[in-house]
Parts: sequence; structure tokens; C-alpha cells
Amino acid sequence: MTLHERAREQVESFLHRHFEVVKGERVPTRRTPGIVDPPDLHRYFVHPRLESPGDVEDDFVVARVMEINSQIEGAFVFSSGKNMGVFKGVGYPEQIAEYFCLDSYEGYMWTGHNRFPTNTPGWWGGAHPFNILDWTVVHNGEISSYGTNMRFLEMRGYRCTMQTDTEVLAYALDLLIRRHRLPIEIAARVLAPPLWTEIDAMEPAERRLHETLRQVYGGLLMNGPFTIIAAHDGEMIALGDRIRLRPLVAGVKGDRLYVSSEESAIWLVCPDVEATWVPVGGQPVIGRLGETPRPLAVLGYVMPVGASLDEVGVNAQ
Amino acid sequence: MQTGVDAIVEIDAAGLHYRDLNARLHRVVEEGARTIRLVNVHGQRYIGTGLRKPVDIEIHGVPGNDLGAFMEGPRIVVRGNVQDGCGNTMNAGEIIVHGHAGDITGLSMRGGKIFIRDNVGYRVGIHMKEYKEQRPIIVVGGTAQHFLGEYMAGGVLVVLGLGTPGGRHTARFVGTGMHGGVMYFRGTLTPEQLGKEVSIVELDEADRVLLGQLVGEFCRHFGYDAAEILSGDFIKLLPLSKRPYGRLYAY
Amino acid sequence: MKSILPPRFIVERDLDRCIQCQVCVTQCGWDVHYFDEVDQVVRSRDELCVGCHRCVAFCPTHALTIRERQLDYRRNANWTPEVLEDIYKQSEMGGIILTGMGNDKPYRNYWDNLVLNASQVTNPSIDPLREPMEMRTYLGAKPERVEIDPETMDLRTELAPQVPIEVPVMFSAMSYGAISLNAQESLARAAAAAGTMFNTGEGGLARPLYKYKDHMIAQVASGRFGVHPDYLEMARILEIKIGQGAKPGIGGHLPGEKVNEPVAATRMIPVGTDALSPAPQHDIYSIEDLAQLIHALKEATRYTKPVSVKIAAVHNVAAIASGIARAGADIIAIDGLLGSTGAAPKIIRDNVGIPIALAIAAVDTRLREEGIRNRVSIVAAGGFRNSGDVLKAIALGADAVYIATAALVALGCHVCQMCYTGRCSWGIATTRPDLSKRINPEIGAERLTNLLRGWSLEIKEMLGGMGINALESLRGNRLHLRAIGLTEAEMQVLGVKQAGM
Repeated sequence: MTLHERAREQVESFLHRHFEVVKGERVPTRRTPGIVDPPDLHRYFVHPRLESPGDVEDDFVVARVMEINSQIEGAFVFSSGKNMGVFKGVGYPEQIAEYFCLDSYEGYMWTGHNRFPTNTPGWWGGAHPFNILDWTVVHNGEISSYGTNMRFLEMRGYRCTMQTDTEVLAYALDLLIRRHRLPIEIAARVLAPPLWTEIDAMEPAERRLHETLRQVYGGLLMNGPFTIIAAHDGEMIALGDRIRLRPLVAGVKGDRLYVSSEESAIWLVCPDVEATWVPVGGQPVIGRLGETPRPLAVLGYVMPVGASLDEVGVNAQ
Repeated sequence: MQTGVDAIVEIDAAGLHYRDLNARLHRVVEEGARTIRLVNVHGQRYIGTGLRKPVDIEIHGVPGNDLGAFMEGPRIVVRGNVQDGCGNTMNAGEIIVHGHAGDITGLSMRGGKIFIRDNVGYRVGIHMKEYKEQRPIIVVGGTAQHFLGEYMAGGVLVVLGLGTPGGRHTARFVGTGMHGGVMYFRGTLTPEQLGKEVSIVELDEADRVLLGQLVGEFCRHFGYDAAEILSGDFIKLLPLSKRPYGRLYAY
Repeated sequence: MKSILPPRFIVERDLDRCIQCQVCVTQCGWDVHYFDEVDQVVRSRDELCVGCHRCVAFCPTHALTIRERQLDYRRNANWTPEVLEDIYKQSEMGGIILTGMGNDKPYRNYWDNLVLNASQVTNPSIDPLREPMEMRTYLGAKPERVEIDPETMDLRTELAPQVPIEVPVMFSAMSYGAISLNAQESLARAAAAAGTMFNTGEGGLARPLYKYKDHMIAQVASGRFGVHPDYLEMARILEIKIGQGAKPGIGGHLPGEKVNEPVAATRMIPVGTDALSPAPQHDIYSIEDLAQLIHALKEATRYTKPVSVKIAAVHNVAAIASGIARAGADIIAIDGLLGSTGAAPKIIRDNVGIPIALAIAAVDTRLREEGIRNRVSIVAAGGFRNSGDVLKAIALGADAVYIATAALVALGCHVCQMCYTGRCSWGIATTRPDLSKRINPEIGAERLTNLLRGWSLEIKEMLGGMGINALESLRGNRLHLRAIGLTEAEMQVLGVKQAGM
């Protein structure tokens, strides 16, 4: 996304320097009533030109994204993954769908989100989802620990340039899951850790794990109200803050998993949903391609709301 | 749409914005309807709010947040689950849910009754309060998530633990900051799960009478066997003090 | 030589109220009040009064008032009464002017120019009385990342030693000798009760306090007083003292008068000798030498304890801290311009060092820029007066703070700045048995525990107001601070925005 022509020229010369650009084009859009003053949106399909044998492709891409976002004035990368795309902007959901011609795309996993900007002005770069590589994050809430999270991530090479708190979630997941190779269930424990009183009461091995996670990653605790849906290649995770300051409800029907802020939305799109439940704060709901979704009890408690769960056999594992 | 005092008035809520739905609801009540059935409800908020007549409303679907907020008088039966904030600051009336309920059910409730067949979310009964004959009551058939009865100042909260594995409630911070009212649990709850302002006490005869009434009512709504439920072990939670924060300040 | 120094205070005795009970006579450590046998009446010698108010607090009929006796010299903005009287003093005694406690000059106190945030609407404030509010802090080096075995999900990472504190406030170094054993025991007991730490200063640990070892930070300073294997073994944290905020760059000197038998036994020096702490540690003339001592202590204790290095906040503090982190320290304690002391040259106390707020900001920023902030915990010290100061320091980037003056004030100290005399009427900065016994360790500990309780409750209220329920989410969170009345350059160093922006 570029805010002026000079930025686009700079981005293109930057891309040609660091990547082999296979294809570059304007993102297809439709003139849509209600969408005013959209920025210039381009997409490029590229192969990285790794500079030394030790370069890791993903790290290379992340570093270049950070460079564009922080060094080229008026240019922002809001989608940098493979086999995925981010379509976002300022407008009502139906307008954005119309604008980006979403009816012409197909996908096995969709995240939809709309929100009015809370503490930051609405702008195209600051709309949800936030993305880095294959990760996208949508977020309902406000992260009171943003300053701490931002500084933790900045020390590890990320640059927060989107003027909004949700950005740190995408980078945190990239750091924890891709760079530090932590399983997604453990990463969820970093973002929404158990309380110290709960950790103190755990069995020794589990206790040591949780103590270590909080000691090392305390700067990534996402404090304050949030529910997020994070998705990447073949996997989707929904997570609420550890004391439930924002709602999250999940539902299953066969091999489909639904997550939402409000239960009525699930029933609307799936009138014969088999079970719905409310995970406790900090308990991730994880959907994986090829797996039948179940409320996960990894590393601790699960307490689904909804007696019908027992009947359909998706209670705690 | 039919009208008339005895007839059941049905409103199809499909695709209706909550303002339109609630406007229609108010209109039929003004026109004299006393029994209203809402069908295809999907997330419309504030149903029952602002209605100060003893009407019966039956909801099919999942009503939105703040069902019966500030309600005074109506009786709402939900054939389905309800979301967050059901009975928010409710003053009088009844809400009966054939399903589960979300967070802050009965927040600051001041009177009336809420019966939930299944489980409930976080902070249920938070800051419910009583004054003289105004005594709010919540009965939960299943179990609750954390912070149940948080800074509860009055009223009665009953949690029956039906369908709860092993009869063990898993809520933590139960009654944290509680300084009035009473909670009853059927099943087990350990002291570590409680807020530091409450304690477990023995039931007395008056408690058994009250539980007998409330469980009886619960079973009439949902078709359970009251005697069987009442034969289970109950515990009672009371606040240790009416003023848990007496030593908070220096002056 | 006749002294031309005027008395500092006037003692006013309301004769209608005075019942001649002589409590003032027995309470005063300065011999101000005396009973005139001839006239059978209690009288006072104003010139001896230091303004410690012990007599005022204990007079049963509130008959006493102590007022400052500020002479009306001819007005002069430069030749102030303090300047004149310092010169009179030096011209009479020919030495370095000695003083106690912290810098009393009106330097900008940055905490008074920073304000905290609170939630309104978009994120809820959290009710700290009913909901969990976590203040636990682990001091020690943290690794860059956690490693989990992808097959077994087992934890592979082994952390360096960590010490938990339940409130982010510890008692700063005050040695036995500089303060009384009862004062130190009060600190030790309160630290144990509140789940935090006290610090031995460089006076060693007296045997009666061994039972508080789990809450002890053992200082190893240039004099190495009381440093024996058991002392190192008992400590939870070892602290190498390079400098202190009240007197950066100079050593210390416990006068022989204060070195009585138990102090001598604890410090392991003969009774009555001056306990001299050299300005530098003579095995540390370089950063490499510091690394050598850090590792010597780690070897001596088999890598079971974090090692802290305490420095005074000076101009180059950020670079120095970076070196200390790289030298292998687990904790860096930084003591600012307002840091206190039992005795220091007044000229140094009042003129050397930089304010702690600026030092915290500079160090935290530097360590982050270098990507090594996780390797050390930062403990800030020097003039923390209340929980607001503490929380602002944490928002700037400190992990915890040290308090000393505030702790002594809780024990009764009235900041009369005469600690170096050993005549403290409050029984704090003295080793005289008759004065020391005025502190009952049980009551002293209760006062300190109450103080920490009050500050903890206040911190939780402020955190909850910001919508934060764990202290680690405020650490280095400068977005929750705004500046009022600071210059661009100051705001740049602090990394905070102007209020309203």
C-alpha cells in the first residue's frame, strides 16, 4: 500500500534489489460507493534473492518488510505471505468485500472481522487483519501492555509502524512460533499465561515450564481485554485474555469449527451447529486442517459452557 | 400478526435490527398483547428492556446481549442459549433459559429471578444486591466459570452442578469481594477456589426450605426431578464480613 | 576557637503545658534538654538541637515546638545562609563538610514531572480488590528464548538463578554499624513478611539475623567487611558495590566510635578501629576485572545466586551498564542523585551524579538497542518517596526499586541528616545500646510491613486503573507515562511524550 507515487517507485526499486519479481500488478478492485480515497494498492509475487548462504527465507522477508514499513515514507506492506491474502480497508464489511472483488477468490479458511477504530484513527494500514508472512491476526479489544510488548519485539528486530496495538500480536506469534519454534498451545500460554497462583499449584514439570515461560516472555503477556483469531497455513487459533474481558464462543459441526464474539453469529451461519461452548480465559481454541475440532485441554483446564457438549462427546480430552 | 388479549402474538425476527424488533414488541404490548412469541431471533439485543408490564415473551433462537436489561415485570422464556449480560440490572420479572448463558448474567440484578438450565460464563451474579423485599435470585442448572458472585452484595445464587463431571465445580475466585447475600452449590468446591472474603458454612433448616422452593421451581421449568436434586450434598457460601475492606485506607 | 555558627533551631517550651516530667531529657540523644537542679526546672540548649523532633513526638503534653532559626542575613541570592555557615564551619574545623541522608537541593525531581495513565471506556480498568493483580517479579538474567522439545513438549531451557519478590520494592543497602542491629532486624523481618529483600550494606550479617538469610542481599564492597564463605552461602543475591548515589566515586568510613564489640565481630575487625572502605575495589580497575569478580563470586557459590552490581548513576551510566551486563552480572542496581547515605561529603552528595529517572531511561533504552535487556534485571534506587515514584520507575524500565530513606522514615527517622554522628535519638543510625533499644524490631517490622502493604495496595489500584493486572506489562511501558513541564531533550532521554499528545 502506498500513499503517493514516489513511495511506490521506491518500493519497486527496493523489491527489485532484494527480490526477483515474478509478477507485479495493481490489486483488482471495484469502484464501490462508500469507499472513499483508497490508497494505491499493489501486489507483487516474488522470489527472495538471499544474500548469503546462511539467510533464512522467512527471516529475510520479515526483515525486508520491516525495512519498507519503517524506512520508505508512505509505504506499508500489509500482506506478505504465501498462498494467502489480506484484504482490508476503511469501510463497512460489505463495502470492503465489494471493493476487493472477494467473490472472485476461493479459500479453505477465511477470517472476517469488522471493528470501529478505538484509540487510533481509522486508516487503511491500521485496519484488521495484521499480517506477517503467513500469519494474520484479527483482534477485538485493546492491549494495555502494548508499550511493553512493542519494546520486547523491537529488541528482536520488529518495527511497529501501524499505529495500533494489534500489530504486536502478529509479530509475537511470528517470533514465538516460527523463530522460537514453540508449539501453538505454548505460544497461547505466553500471550495469556495462567496466574502465578495457578502456576504455583501445578505439578513440578508443568510449573517449571510455566514459570520459565513467564520469566522469559513476560514482555509478551498481552494484558488487557482481547479476543483474537490468528490464522496461518492450515491452522487457526482463537484466544481470549486470561480474565475474560472480551467474549469468545466456539461451535462445531462435523469437521467445521466456528469461533465468534457472539453465539448468535454461529447459529446464523450454521443453524444446525452440534455444540457451542465458551472457553475459559486464556484457553485457546485451535482448528487444524484435517482434524476434527475439539475443545483443547492441553496444559490445563478446560471448562466448556453448554451441557450439550457431553452429549456430542466433545468435552475435555 | 394477531392481536388480542388472549391470543399469542408471534413476531418473526429474521433479519430485523434490534430497534425494529423491540419497537414491534413494544407496539404489540401497547396494543394489549400479553403473550408474545419471537421466532428466528439471532443476536437482537435488549429484548424485554423497557417493558414494564407482566407480559410473557417466548424467544426461539439466540437473543443478543443484554436480554432483559433494566427489565421490570416481563417473564421471558428462551428456547435456546443466551449471550452476555442477560438480566443486566434487572429490577423485577423472570428469565428462564433452556440452554446456557454467557458472562455477567444478572449483573447488578436488584430483583426478579433468572433460571438457566445449563452452564453459565464468567462473573455471573456480579454485584447483585438486595434491599428489603427486593431479593434477586439466580439458579444455574450446570456449573459456572470464574468470578461467580464477584462482589455480590445481596440475593441468592444457586448452582446445581447437573451434568458436571464428578460434581466438581471448577470456577475460581468464587465470591471474591462478596459482602452480602448467599450462594449454594450442589457438588464440591474447595476453599482454594474461593475469594478470600467468603467461607463455606453448614446449611440450616431455613436454607433447606429456600432450596426446596427454588429447586422445585427450577424443575418445573426444565422437567428435572426435584427430590433427586435435593438429595445431593449442598454447601453454602457466606461472606465473612459486610465490610471486607475496612482496613484498606490510612488516614 | 570560638564558634560563630548560629544555632539551627529554637526549642520552644510552653510552660503552661510542661509538667516537668523530663521525658524530653531522657529522649534527646543530643543533650539539648536538661534538668536544672538549682531551679528544679527543665531547660533546653538550643545550639545543640538538630531538629530530629524525638522530644516533640514523646512529650506527653505537647509542650514542645522546634522551629528553624533562620537568621535574617542581608539578603543575597548567592551568599545564602547555607553558604555562609558552611564556610564558617570549614574555617573553624578545616575539613570536608560531612553530612548524612540524601541530597537536599532543589534539583528537578522527575517523578513530579511525569504522570501515569488510566483506562476510560475502550479498555476496562480492573478492580484490584476483587480480581487478581500480580506483582511478582523475578530478578535474574533471562535467556533470549525458551526451547521446547517438539516431540515430547519437554522444557529444554535451564534458567540462570532467579529470585522472586512479591512486591517490587526492596530495602536498599544499610550496614549494621551505620544503622543499629534493631533497625536492621526490622528491615529483615519486614522483608521476610512482605516477600522481598533487605541488603546488608557492606557490614556483614550479624549472627542474630542469620534466620532472615532467605531475604538477604549480601553486599560485597571495597572493604570486604564480614565477607566469609557462610555469608556468601546464606545470601539469596550477591551484590558487588561499585558506587552509591550519595557519594559516587568515593569510599566510605565507619568511624571507630561506632565499632563496638558486636559490630567488630560482624565486620571481623578489632573494636574501635575505623572501618575504611576504599574508593575503588582494588581488584576492579577495569570491566574485565569486574567480570573476574562476578565470576569469582559465582564460582564461590556454585552458580546458585544472581550477582548484582551496584553503581551510582553518572554521566555515562548507559554505557557502563552495558559493560556490566556483558561482564556477566545478573542484576544492575543503579543509585541516583538523590540516593542517601549514613555519611558523605556534602559537596559530593549535593553535586555529583544524575537523577535516577534519567538513568533508568538511558540504561533501559541502551540495553534494548543492544538487544541485551533480557540479560539483566534493573533495580533503581535513590529517593523513591511513594508508590507513584515506584510505578513511574517501572514504567520507564526498572524491574524493581530499592528504598532506604523511606524505610528509615517508616521507623521514625525525621531526616535530620546527622546519621554520621552515631547519636540518632530514634535509635536508627547509631550503635549506642541505650539509643538502639528504642527500636523494637517487632514494632519496627510492623511499621515497615504496613508501609509496603500500603504501597502495594496503591500500586495495584494504579495498575488496575491502567487496565493492567500484571506488573510485567507495565515494565518499560513508557506509553503509560506523559511529561509535564519538561524540555524536548528531557523527554527524548526519558522516551515519553508531552502530556496531551
